[in-house]
Amino acid sequence: MSNIPGDLRYTKSHEWLRSLPDGSIEIGISDHAQAALGDLVFVEVPEAGRVLSAGDACAVVESVKAASDVYSPVSGEVLAGNDLLATQPEMINQDPYGQGWILRLRPTGAAGGADLLDAKAYAAEVASAS
Amino acid sequence: MRRTPLYDQHVAAGARIVDFGGWEMPVVYGSQIEEHHAVRRDAGMFDVSHMCTVDLRGAGVRALLSHLLANDVGRLTTPGKALYSCMLRPDAGVIDDLIVYFLDERWFRLVVNAGTADKDLAWIRERAAVLGVAVVPRRDLAMIAVQGPQARAKAAALLPEACRLPAAALGNFFGLPCDEWFVARTGYTGEDGYEITLPAEEAPALWNALLAAGVKPCGLGARDTLRLEAGMNLYGNDMDETVSPFESGLAWTVVLEGTRDFIGKAALEAQRAAGPTRKLVGLLLLERGVLRSHQRVVTDAAGEGEVTSGTFSPTLERSIGFARVPAATGGSVNVDIRGRLLPARVVKPPFARNGSIKIEL
Repeated sequence: MSNIPGDLRYTKSHEWLRSLPDGSIEIGISDHAQAALGDLVFVEVPEAGRVLSAGDACAVVESVKAASDVYSPVSGEVLAGNDLLATQPEMINQDPYGQGWILRLRPTGAAGGADLLDAKAYAAEVASAS
Repeated sequence: MRRTPLYDQHVAAGARIVDFGGWEMPVVYGSQIEEHHAVRRDAGMFDVSHMCTVDLRGAGVRALLSHLLANDVGRLTTPGKALYSCMLRPDAGVIDDLIVYFLDERWFRLVVNAGTADKDLAWIRERAAVLGVAVVPRRDLAMIAVQGPQARAKAAALLPEACRLPAAALGNFFGLPCDEWFVARTGYTGEDGYEITLPAEEAPALWNALLAAGVKPCGLGARDTLRLEAGMNLYGNDMDETVSPFESGLAWTVVLEGTRDFIGKAALEAQRAAGPTRKLVGLLLLERGVLRSHQRVVTDAAGEGEVTSGTFSPTLERSIGFARVPAATGGSVNVDIRGRLLPARVVKPPFARNGSIKIEL
C-alpha cells in the first residue's frame, strides 16, 4: 500500500501540495507515483522566478523506465526548485513527501482548490486506477 | 496470458508483473538499480522460462542449421559448444537471433526468443521435414539465468550431483546436458554465470535454494540495462525483419566466406558489395537526460537516424544507447530528447562488462 499523508492535498496526475505557514506551496509527486516510475535517475526542476499557470508542465522526472512531466496544480511564481535532486534524484524514491519535494511556489490569486483531492479521495483514485 | 513455472515465486517476492509478449513476467522486484548492481558485483537470477528451448534431432540436423543460420555451425566441433547466430529471410531481414548448442551429430539445441518462437518454429519446420529432422519445442522446461561474479560459486552446490563436476569444468560458451537438466555457461548480462534449464516442476525448488544462497531475484528491467551495457542486441528493438545483420552491428556473426549456402547469403553479399547504407552504433549521452528508443538522431552531414535502445546505465551513471544511423556518421551526433538536441558521442560497445567500465567517459 502506498503512503498517503492526511495533511496534504493531491491531484489526479499524482502531484501532492503542502501549504506552508508563509502562504507558499510545496509540490512533489506521491509515493504511488514514485513507486510506479521506479528508480529515478534524472530530475529537472524549474528555476526561481518562473511564472506558472495551473496545468503547466513545471518539472521532468525521469526513471530507468520513462520520463514524465510534473504539472503545477496551481498558478503562481516559482520560489525555488529542489537543487538536491540534481545530484540525488533517488530522494524522490526514498522520501517523496520530505527531502524529495520538487518545487515551492507563491500562488497567485485563489489557490483554486476545486480540482484538488484530499487524502481520502486520492486514496480512492489510486485504488480505482490499479 | 502465459505464466512461467516461477510465477508464484515472483508474486511472493513482491514483483511488479508486466505483459511481456503475452507472458506475465517480473519487470522489477524492488529497485532496478540495486538488481543491476547485484549482477555486476555479486550474483543475481532471472526467470527466463519464457524463452523457448527447441531440440532438433536427426541425421540431417547439421545440414539444416548450416542452411538456416547466418553464422556457420561448421565452427561447432566440440560437443557442448554454443554459437550465437541470426536466422535470416532471403532478403537478409532478421527473423530472430538465437543460441545454438552442438550436443552430438544427431542433436542440436536452440534457444529462441519468446515473442518470435511461433514464427521461428514454423520457419524451421518448413525446412526440417525434407531433411528428416524432428523439431521439438520444450515447453516442459524452465530456465533460470544465474549471473554475476559470484553466480557460479553460489549455484554450484545446488546442481544435481551428476551436474556438479562437469559444470565446474565447463568452458565459456559451452552447455552440458546432465540427467534432465542442461547447464550452460552463457548469459545476457556481460557477467560470468550459468543459464540452467531444468524440468518445469523442479524450477521453484531451485529458485528458492538460490534465494537462500544469497542470489538476488532480478527482473526484466535490470536484464535490459545489463544487456545494453554489455553491448548485446535485443530482438525487436535493435533488429527485426526490416534490417540485416550488417545494419545491426552483427557482421561478426555472419560467415560469408566459403561455399556454404544459407538463406539470406546472396542478399548479404549484395549489401557487402554495395556497402551498407546504415550501421548500428553505441551512444554515450554527454548531457543529463536519458536516451530512449525511437528518439531522433541528427548527424552533421550524413542525415538522420534513430535510437533503437536507450537507458540510464547504473554502472556508468550516464545514459547510453544504440542507434541506427547513416553509414557515414562520424564520432558525434545530436539526439532529439523531448524537443531538445543534446550531444552524444559515438562509442564502440560494450559499455561495461565483468564489473568494469569499458569505454572512455
